[in-house]
Formats: sequence, C-alpha cells, structure tokens
Amino acid sequence: MTQPENGQYAIETNDLSIFYGKFEAVKDVNLKIEKQKITAIIGPSGCGKSTLLRAFNRMNDFVPTSRVEGEILMHGTNLYSKQIDPVEVRRRIGMVFQKPNPFPKSIYENIAWGARINGFKGDMDELVEQSLRGAALWDEVKDKLKQSAYALSGGQQQRLCIARTIAIQPEIILMDEPASALDPISTLRIEELMQELKKNYTILIVTHNMQQAARVSDFTAMMMLYEETRSGTVIEYDETKTIFTRPKDKRTEDYVTGRFG
Amino acid sequence: MTKFNYPKEQDLQRYVDARYRTAWVWQVIFLSALLLAILSLSALILDVVDGAFGYVAYEFKKDPLTISQTPIDDLEKEELLAILQTNLSKGAYGKLDKEKPMETRSEADLYNLVLERIIQIKTLETFSLSDSLFRKAEVEARVQEKYPDARLEFRSWLTPRFLTSPMSSRAEFAGVRTALFGSMWLVGIAIAFALPVGVGAAIYLQEYARKNFINTIIQMNINNLAGVPSIVYGMLGLAIFVRALEAFTSGAMFGITDTNGRTIMSAGLTMGILVLPLVIINAQEAIKAVPDSIRQAAYGVGATKWQTVWSHVLPNALPGILTGSILAMSRAVGETAPLIIVGASTFISIDPSGPFSKFTALPIQIYQWTARPQGEFHAIAAAAIIVLLALLLTLNATAILLRNRFQQRF
Repeated sequence: MTQPENGQYAIETNDLSIFYGKFEAVKDVNLKIEKQKITAIIGPSGCGKSTLLRAFNRMNDFVPTSRVEGEILMHGTNLYSKQIDPVEVRRRIGMVFQKPNPFPKSIYENIAWGARINGFKGDMDELVEQSLRGAALWDEVKDKLKQSAYALSGGQQQRLCIARTIAIQPEIILMDEPASALDPISTLRIEELMQELKKNYTILIVTHNMQQAARVSDFTAMMMLYEETRSGTVIEYDETKTIFTRPKDKRTEDYVTGRFG
Repeated sequence: MTKFNYPKEQDLQRYVDARYRTAWVWQVIFLSALLLAILSLSALILDVVDGAFGYVAYEFKKDPLTISQTPIDDLEKEELLAILQTNLSKGAYGKLDKEKPMETRSEADLYNLVLERIIQIKTLETFSLSDSLFRKAEVEARVQEKYPDARLEFRSWLTPRFLTSPMSSRAEFAGVRTALFGSMWLVGIAIAFALPVGVGAAIYLQEYARKNFINTIIQMNINNLAGVPSIVYGMLGLAIFVRALEAFTSGAMFGITDTNGRTIMSAGLTMGILVLPLVIINAQEAIKAVPDSIRQAAYGVGATKWQTVWSHVLPNALPGILTGSILAMSRAVGETAPLIIVGASTFISIDPSGPFSKFTALPIQIYQWTARPQGEFHAIAAAAIIVLLALLLTLNATAILLRNRFQQRF
C-alpha cells in the first residue's frame, strides 16, 4: 500500500466499526484519505460503502440505533469525541447525495441558505456566482437565478447540489453515488467537474460503477462482506491504477474484472 | 408446462370479460355510495332552505302605509326616529330614551322598535317553501278560513336585517348578530390557542421525540383524544376554565368585575382543547410527508435541527397544517354540547365586547330556536343554519386560499 508522508492526509480512520443496534455493518476500517485527491469506495451492494461514507460527516447520527467504535481523525481530532459538535463536522465535510435533492426554493436561495445559516458575511451575489461557476452551472442558470431549482434537469440539479456544497467551503466533499441517477452525458459533466474540484477539495466518492472509479479516482478502497458476520470491511486500499491492474487480493481482482457476482 | 395452469387460448377472452364484469360491479357500488352521499347532503340543504323561506300569515295593529308613504324597509334612520316620535306616547318614548338614548341606537334597532311598538306585527302561521310553491291554493284557503283579517305574504326569513339585528324574544325581529360575533370570537380564540400549541406538539413528536415507551403512550393518547365525545370536553372546560381558572377567564385579573367564568375565553379555550388532537394529528401527518431528502440536504450543509425544521420542514408542511386547521375550525364552529356545559347564554342582545364578555353562539341559538313551539322560530332557526353554513364556508374558503398561496412551492 502506498504510504504518503504524514500530514498529507485529510482524514483517517482507526479501527472504525459502525453498528446498527447489534448488527456490525462496517468492521475495522483503517483508511488514510489523501488531501486534494479523489478517493473512490467500491464494492458490491450492501457491503457498507454508504454507511462508511456517511460516518465521515456523522450523517449516521440520524439513525437512532447507530453507534461507532474506533476513531475518525481530522487534523488529529476524533470526529466522534464528546467535545465535537456534529453540526460543525457537517459544515467542514460537505455531502452530495445519490438523488439530486435541491431545496424546494429558488436556485439562488439553494446556495444562499447554507451560507447564511453558517454566518456568511459578505457579498452573497458574488458567492452564489462563484459557487455556480465552481460547479460549472453558472452559464446555464445565470438568467434564472430566481426560478425554482426543481425546474432544472436532473444533472443540473446535481451540479446545483455540488454548488451548494462548495458554497460553504468545506475541506472534504463526500459524494454518495452522485451520478447513479443521471444519464451518461450528465455523468460525464459531473466527472469532469470532480477533476476541477480536486484542485481545492478532498473528494470521497462511493460508486457502483467501476469504470467511473477507474476514470475519476486517484485512490480506491475495495470493500467486501465477511461471509460469516455479514459486516463489510475494506479489503484493499491502494492507488486506483494498482487496484485495477495489479490487485493483491483475489476477490478484488474478481470484482474489478467482472468475474464477481 | 401443464403445471402452470393458465387459461387456454380460446378461454382467454372469457376470463378477461369476467374480470371486466367484476370491475364494473365494484365501480357501480362506488358510484352508488357517492350518489347516496350527494343525496343526503342535498336533502339536508333542501330541508334547511324549505324552512327558511315561505308564506307567512300575519296581522298588525297599524297599517304601515298610514305612517309612511315609502315602505318602512327603505327608510333612513332619521325618518324612523321621526316616526317613533310622532306615533309613540311621550311617556313610552321617554322610557325608551332613558334605556338607551334614541339617537345613539342603530338603524336596525329603530326599525325593530317601529315594527314592535307601532305597527305591532304578529305572525299567525308560517308555511314551508314547498307548501308555498306547490300547494299555494291550499295555503290561501286555510288562511282565509282561520284568520280572515290576516295578510299572506311570501317572506324570506334570511334578510340582511336578520344578520344585523341582535337577539329578540319576538321571532320577527330576532337576528343572529350577537351569535355570529360570539361564534367568530370563539373560533378565533380556539384557533389562536390550538394552532401554535398543536403545531408545536407535532414538531416535537415528529422531529425530536425518540421512539420510547413514554412517547408511544403519548402518541396513542393523542389519537384516542381525537375521538372523545365533545361533551366530555365541556365538563373539562367547566371544571378547569370556568371554575378553577375563574380569575383569568372572567377577566378579574385584568380588572373586569361584572362577569363570572362563563365567558368567551372559557368557551374558546375549551374549543381549543377539543380541536387540539385534530390539529396535532394533521400537523404530524403533514410533517411526516416532507421528504427526508430535504432534511438530509439541510443537515448536509451544516444546519442545526432547528434551522432545518424552521426553514424547510415547516414551510413544506404548512399546506397540510392549514388543511388540518380547516377541519379544526369547522369542528369548533359547529360544536354545541361543550358550549351548553361551559355556559353559553341563551338570551343575550349585547354584542360581545371582548374575550371576557358573556356570549352566545350560532349553534346555541339554533338549538334554542328549534326547541320553541312556534313555527316562526323554526323558520329563523333554518335561516340561522344557513348563516352557520355560510360562515363555515367562508372560514374554509379563507383557509383554502391561504393554503393555495403557500402551496405555490418551487
């Protein structure tokens, strides 16, 4: 496994296990996510990819029975320690969801709301423009900022959600299968956008689509289920090139070459 | 293949036909259910309208034409005043003036005085609209025979004057003004209490409460409370608002001394409690219907729970919450039993002046009038029912308009 120098990591996990009640959904994950790179999490359905991703910005807190063991460290602080406010975590680690979920408000307001509640003081118009440019959406919507976000196409909505996320200037952006509900052209635009975004942000993406992982990511974490406990874990984590060409684990090889399931 | 026994090619059409027949039978059943519902509603409306209009046999001591050239219905306040002055004895006029200075009285009041004191109209018999329309000859013959001196006139009991006149012991002059104001005050207080409390409780139960034993019990009780008979709420209102909290509900706390606890405030709060479960359940449903993806989106940009609820959940749930309050208002306007227990006045001719005055309400008035033996009271009861229905429709229409305004969602 490639081991970059210390301090290059945006976030890392130590023996991270995630439980839903008694069920251990994700077991003993150790990942070091590199700064300003795209890291993909791949694996078969139900192996805990989304659960793992949602643990990074404490979205699993909303599942009443969920519980975390181990640590997620960001700047040396455990995100799950008692002093840490989950709201602060989510403000610093943004998220783009599987289905585009803009607010039922205007395009402008979709971006301005997040900024406003986080105490943004400054030129809101400029922030909205910057964010929309950042999400490669400005040219398409600049004349209809006051119109409903629901009038946009699925791909545009998803880019709006990305714009909304970068407007609050997080350090890390989590993407939970951001293109799975989109057509190939919209998918391509999102992927291009991700390459732009990684200049400023660390991106973690969960995807079902192995070609997508191969195309966009710098690092790939392969997840798999333990047969006996049904809990998922990362079986291999390396540079994407290595994962797709010379995987060390037989199961990874089977999966990426399509021989699995 | 014989194991899976589908109809054969030649039988297929027969099976399809049979399925269409079943569907048709059900459709007819549903349609008849709808027709039955429409029929009962029309019967209700017809029955009310039947009573509110029709022929009236009446007589009077003094012919209106001898006191005024123009019909007295069209007279101005000053002219009515002049008629009273010329036709009443000095003593009688002075006595009325002492009760309440004549100049300050309303036009409706003076009109009623003219009818009551000078013309002295007396209703002998009232006829329903159906009799008046389809058995006109019979009605005329009967009046001819029974009251040879009486006049027969087609009358609508529902007039503008009926709306603006206060209560009276004579059906001819009675109006629903006091009751109408009473009902509006009542609904106002009930909603002002039930809406914030109900929505607050719904937000707590839906967004904050964890799923544990105590909260399950609370939820179950709220659902059951919606089905408790209204008279039980009346008992509650009597015990709590009229008796225990008398210092507040009578207004004594605010320096009002001439009332007891049987005020609009007591009744309004009782109604508020009565509709509270309805508001809570509807608000909960509305909040539940807000998609979780919107909440996640808000949390995802670092919103707190309260910011999420305030900016996204509530605005999206508002149309549903308003629908619930429509139901609540309708219930509050129509309830009678709790008002009787809480102590609505049955005869009151002064408009309610505030939340701490004595009151009457439309359903109480209707109940009172239908209990009288005289036909003319039944007729004004029918007219009051129309007023009540119109009030209900107005309130509902307002709420629906508000809802549609908020529903212009993105």
